[in-house]
Amino acid sequence: MSDLLKFDLLSASIALKNKEFSSLELTNAYFEAIEQTSALGAYLEIVKDRSMDMAKASDKNIKNGTARPLEGLPIGVKDMFCTKDVKTTASSKILENFCPTYESTVTQNLWDDGAVMLGKLSCDEFAMGSSNETAAKGNVVNPWLKNSKMSPGGSSGGSASAVAARSALAATGTDTGGSIRQPAAFCGITGFKPTYGRCSRWGIVAFSSSLDQAGPLTRTVSDAALMLNSMASYDKKDSTSANLEMPDLMNYLDKGIRGKKIGIPKEYTQDGISEDIVLFYEKSINWLKDSGAEIVPVSLPHTKYALPVYYIIAPAEASSNLARYDGVRYGKRNEAASLDEMYEITRGNGFGEEVKRRIMIGTYVLSSGYYDAYYLKAQKVRRLIKEDFDNVFEEVDYILTPSTPTTSFELGKKQDPLTMYLNDIFTVPASLAGLPGISLPVGLDKSGLPIGIQLIANSFDEPGLISTARVLERSAEFNFIADGAAK
Amino acid sequence: MSNKESIVDIPTVNKIARLSRLNIPEASKQNLTNDLNNILGFVAQLDEVNTSDVKPLASVTGHKLPLRSDKVTDGNIEDLVLKNAPESSSGFFVVPKVIE
Repeated sequence: MSDLLKFDLLSASIALKNKEFSSLELTNAYFEAIEQTSALGAYLEIVKDRSMDMAKASDKNIKNGTARPLEGLPIGVKDMFCTKDVKTTASSKILENFCPTYESTVTQNLWDDGAVMLGKLSCDEFAMGSSNETAAKGNVVNPWLKNSKMSPGGSSGGSASAVAARSALAATGTDTGGSIRQPAAFCGITGFKPTYGRCSRWGIVAFSSSLDQAGPLTRTVSDAALMLNSMASYDKKDSTSANLEMPDLMNYLDKGIRGKKIGIPKEYTQDGISEDIVLFYEKSINWLKDSGAEIVPVSLPHTKYALPVYYIIAPAEASSNLARYDGVRYGKRNEAASLDEMYEITRGNGFGEEVKRRIMIGTYVLSSGYYDAYYLKAQKVRRLIKEDFDNVFEEVDYILTPSTPTTSFELGKKQDPLTMYLNDIFTVPASLAGLPGISLPVGLDKSGLPIGIQLIANSFDEPGLISTARVLERSAEFNFIADGAAK
Repeated sequence: MSNKESIVDIPTVNKIARLSRLNIPEASKQNLTNDLNNILGFVAQLDEVNTSDVKPLASVTGHKLPLRSDKVTDGNIEDLVLKNAPESSSGFFVVPKVIE
């Protein structure tokens, strides 16, 4: 169908500036792609009129020579970001009619830099899930092996599916325990969770505030750099925002890794990890070695405790954050005779099963008599996990791990919550330590599903992480396109 | 974690649901109880870790919470504040009657 879909974010940006095509033409091509791939269910809402207006304004800027960094590039937005006058539901029934009167800082940054909004992308409800199956309006499908109905991962499943299916040039995501990196790995694209504090959380629907962080899902590492350049900013409206200038990541694409030390943690090669992933993990180690890096075996001894810590801290913070959905100020209300009954029925009907489970866990671990035993204990072990990383970064510059223990699985196959939680075993530790991590595709497994590898850096070393990821990307030469992608 | 011998049962689920202001249908209570026990059983492995000299970590930002001067920075947006309310009247949110 459209040759325009072949351009990635960076090459499209150059082509737009060279006037090879207009933003309006590019945006139209994406609306055709959205239609063509609608069976994947990635979009919850499209905003075609607004997109067209934004594209026309971009074309004017390009013509006048006043193009901004993302001028005219059509992107999708995870439904966790509040978008002014555009419905924002967090994939939850309780917010099904919520229409924010303000814009999140991250999306405002993107529009200020010229990006064109295509629409809102599905995710797990309140970003709680690893398969996109907890979304109130139903799961999203992975465009890989499209006839097998594979999971796109989660919680940024709509974002990952749309970028892989070429129905968005790039997309925003949020990552609390792996929600950018795991779906990126499942869908064969790049997902970048920056350091906690790099992107403002203002206007992002809160799940677990000490962990939530926004980042891009893109086709390439360069695209991730371009997009994160715009998303990141210091914001006085978020008290955890880092008041630290991020260098222009585009200057770090070709710095190489000669002389850098890459740590290989022994705790990340455990039973239950698929053979094909082990194979590509070993290949990745060799690629980095061949590119001039020194490979150093390291140990992060508290790794196995990361998931238990996460499944105390994240639900605890969620139970507190989600107390705001009370049927009074916004969101859906079910009427009842008394105020308490109104709260209970509204929340009982408005939240899905996984969200209710996590609120219950969170309330339990914070309740009188259990706070010290669970919540305080988890916060202490969280410190030990962070200290493991601090120690290792005394010795090495980056850490290489698989992104996930397995490739994508069929939708509907994992019913037990605990089994589902194990998907995030390799992404949760860096989240707990607040570190930046990037997942990029390096190959396909025997059944033809993408394999993701993760690189982790020390806090605020996004530039070096981009340089390293680029080296790996060039060695892996992952040029496959999903069979379910728009053509 | 000496408190953990108490395994979640249906009365506990009722109590937690009440604290969470969540209406849980009778039919789902047994499954929910099982799920909670599985998850709490899983996180109990933290008992193995000696944390006697470890301070809890609540924030990874590495900076102190910034303060701002106590000034009004916006306001006069009553319409916007009430725009998404399920029910409002005369500039107020409306809730079921709470006093007789």
